[in-house]
Amino acid sequence: MSMTITEKILARASGRDHVKPGDNIWVNADILMTHDVCGPGTIGVFKREFGQDAKVWSKEGVVIIPDHYIFTKDVKAHRNIDILREFVKEQDLPYYYDPGTANYKGVCHIALPQEGHVRPGEVIFGTDSHTCTHGALGAFATGIGNTDAGFVMGTGKLLIKVPETLRFTLNGKLPKGVVAKDIILCAIGDIGVDGATYCAMEFDGDGIAHLTVEDRMTICNMAIEAGGKNGIIAADEVTMAYVRKRTNKPFTPLASDPGSAVKEARTYDLSKMVPCVAEPNLPDKYAVAADRADVKLTRAYIGSCTGGKISDFIMAAQIMNGRKVSIDTFLVPATQEVAEGLMSEHIDGKSLVEIFADAGCLDIAPPSCAACLGGPLDTFGRAQTDEVVISTTNRNFIGRMGSKQAQIYLASPYTCAASAVTGYITDPCQFL
Amino acid sequence: MSEASPVIEGKVYVVDDNIDTDQIIPAQYLNLVPTIPEEYRKLGSYAMIGLPSDFPAFVAEGSLQSDYVIVVAGRNFGCGSSREHAPIALGAAGIKAVVAESYARIFFRNCVATGEIYPVESTTRLCDVLHTGDEVSLDIGSGTMTVQKSGDIHTMKPVGDVGPVVAAGGIFPYARKAGMIKAL
Repeated sequence: MSMTITEKILARASGRDHVKPGDNIWVNADILMTHDVCGPGTIGVFKREFGQDAKVWSKEGVVIIPDHYIFTKDVKAHRNIDILREFVKEQDLPYYYDPGTANYKGVCHIALPQEGHVRPGEVIFGTDSHTCTHGALGAFATGIGNTDAGFVMGTGKLLIKVPETLRFTLNGKLPKGVVAKDIILCAIGDIGVDGATYCAMEFDGDGIAHLTVEDRMTICNMAIEAGGKNGIIAADEVTMAYVRKRTNKPFTPLASDPGSAVKEARTYDLSKMVPCVAEPNLPDKYAVAADRADVKLTRAYIGSCTGGKISDFIMAAQIMNGRKVSIDTFLVPATQEVAEGLMSEHIDGKSLVEIFADAGCLDIAPPSCAACLGGPLDTFGRAQTDEVVISTTNRNFIGRMGSKQAQIYLASPYTCAASAVTGYITDPCQFL
Repeated sequence: MSEASPVIEGKVYVVDDNIDTDQIIPAQYLNLVPTIPEEYRKLGSYAMIGLPSDFPAFVAEGSLQSDYVIVVAGRNFGCGSSREHAPIALGAAGIKAVVAESYARIFFRNCVATGEIYPVESTTRLCDVLHTGDEVSLDIGSGTMTVQKSGDIHTMKPVGDVGPVVAAGGIFPYARKAGMIKAL
């Protein structure tokens, strides 16, 4: 009987020949990822339930990437990182990326694949809803809470329900100025913020071949914004080239069987897509960017697991090169690798750092989640009052970036950068 | 949730659709670690503090506990982040159950895994019918909620697949009962 990629991965991880949507199965995890916000609570659950002297199920399986509250004076935030350090030492864990050292990476969802921990066909659980990002490389990846994570930490297993699949077939090529963020905002706009609840969002079609791994990460990252359990794109040569550069570990990719049954199938012609925004206060409030040209902005923000990758900054720089921003523009690279890329990548002989400085952006912050989720009051870029923000991040709920009075528009790096230049929501095509 | 089918009595607090975890517990309070007892209680004091300012106070200023025992909501309650701090903040504030039209997956799962609160699904949209402060009696066993003043009885959906996990008291007791992990 034919299965989808999600069903095939879960079948293999549960030692079965076949699973179907609705089956409740124990699956073996390949990776458990946690960070500074949920790591200490996960460790607390693990010790409470398995004992003070318990050992994690696999040293190589637990990856700890502090990224949320790093550059803050908040005392408890620092205490939480100390809890992680002590645990890593006690358990002798090889994959810990410590703030304040050369080994610090930044945003977990970008660091995890960059460091070779995401491999096609594997099962990844993470204590963060945007763990669904890793489906971009053909893995099953989903966000879980501290209690489930404590369980995985001790056993390497978790009881989960096999999700139904919504299949999004992406055909053709995107027009200039239209990018992965526009695809996913359009899809979420179509199905709504609970349109994929409990479901896998699978993306296939001939359009995938034209998308980079980072583009695919942007798409899968926001599956949770439609309520999806996971987002997933089968691995191809593009994926393989990315993964093989970053790990020597063996893995076996899987793909959906032809004709495998899904709950719902949708087809998109990418050539018809346009630059868009999600209006406040939900990610499904889709609007064509050109139709919102009267919205006056006070701030632009480029960063996070969704929009803080090197490709995102290259897009922003293409727009800002030789132009000036007219509103406060905050730039937060997701990881150290991205931060280094801002210096090594050049357009017209100028580094991205130079382009952004010449454009009048604020000084680039060090890598972290920063103001994507508001955070402690002293967080870089945190909305403190009634700012009107255009952002490459993933959520625009009330209060998401700090102040409840702030209005957040989600958009692609192109649209954010073009809007930063004009001070109004702007279709970027006029600048490209 | 170790008590198999309690009857929960008290006041409801009513919200509408898409109440996300940033509204249930804003990110600035995620520096609190739920497994540290003092910080668990503190999380309760901040429950629902991210709701728009025109909502009534969920926890009175200076208090750690809410006067309400049940949250009544519309669709997609608990959407957004996987922060377990969300059901924990509600549980720590004294909430015993949420009655919503539907839930976001991770929030629902975290309610079940932690055993903090019952995530109950209503068969009708009760957030348009009930008002904050209404006294109700929610019978988990029979799946009915009675409104004290009017005597109206509303039916809930069956607990479904998570029933055995809920009945056991969360993922750890369930796994011990099933022999998946050893007793402490």
